[in-house]
Amino acid sequence: MNFPVIVTVTLREGIADPEGATIERALPALGFTGVTHVRAGKAFRMNVDAPDEGSALEKATALAERLLSNPVIENASVRIGLSGTGGSE
Amino acid sequence: MTHIGVVVFPGSNCEYDALNAVTALGGEADFIWHSETSIKGYDGVILPGGFAHGDYLRPGALARFSPVMDAVASFAKEGGAVLGICNGFQVLTEAGLLPGALQKNRGLTFICQPTTLIVESTKSVLTSAATKGQELIIPINHFSGAYTCDDETLRSLEENDQIALRYKENPNGSKADIAGVSNVAGNVVGLMPHPERAMSTLLGSADGRVLFEGFLRVPAHAR
Repeated sequence: MNFPVIVTVTLREGIADPEGATIERALPALGFTGVTHVRAGKAFRMNVDAPDEGSALEKATALAERLLSNPVIENASVRIGLSGTGGSE
Repeated sequence: MTHIGVVVFPGSNCEYDALNAVTALGGEADFIWHSETSIKGYDGVILPGGFAHGDYLRPGALARFSPVMDAVASFAKEGGAVLGICNGFQVLTEAGLLPGALQKNRGLTFICQPTTLIVESTKSVLTSAATKGQELIIPINHFSGAYTCDDETLRSLEENDQIALRYKENPNGSKADIAGVSNVAGNVVGLMPHPERAMSTLLGSADGRVLFEGFLRVPAHAR
């Protein structure tokens, strides 16, 4: 089977995020107040061949940790489904 | 004559500067293409600056999986001298050959300017000919040059004398003003500044020479 997977990579808590901080500082000027803790990151979308959902997640988690993120400074979260609900687009 | 291999990745752009720095001091140097699987016969290896594999994903993230990197890791493990400059430093941290990571500069600007470095340790192959406390003017040229690591790693870096160079005035937000670090043994070292661009007073500074002089002593130092 073929599972749509989304991997989100963000900087670990405690690691300075100058990009997120800059975005956060820009928001009040545009009228968006009360927005805090902005963290910038990356998202990767892919389709994974696997016998079941669990194996697809396992495979995606392994590649997210090996290549897509640098565990020294980043966390990767992996989920099934392009919209996060398990469905496809 | 000390024989140095300069690894060339697709997207490297400081390989000639590195090669010329070695030959200017009487060493012998040639290029090693990143698809090579053996680096036998070299006394030391340099990973030069540039944008290996386009810096896609993260600087160094794809380069660490180039075939040559297994050979570099074995070479390092045997005590061979390995120097990563700028992008090469990023590759070494991604490969786990040096602790920590390099992230985007504080202020999110690409910085290209001379900086003053302070030699913190003379244990590394790069700083072995310098003196502790010596100030060196060496240019930086990077966007992702802010050294970062967790506090525990920083403590172990300090305890093991692994901080080779610090910035006198922190230009990029690097943790503890760190400009370059080595592994515990000192044979693997990386730095964001470009000593290969500081080889002649005509071009602004010759302070990189003392670093390459140290690195070229590697056969006696590490092998």
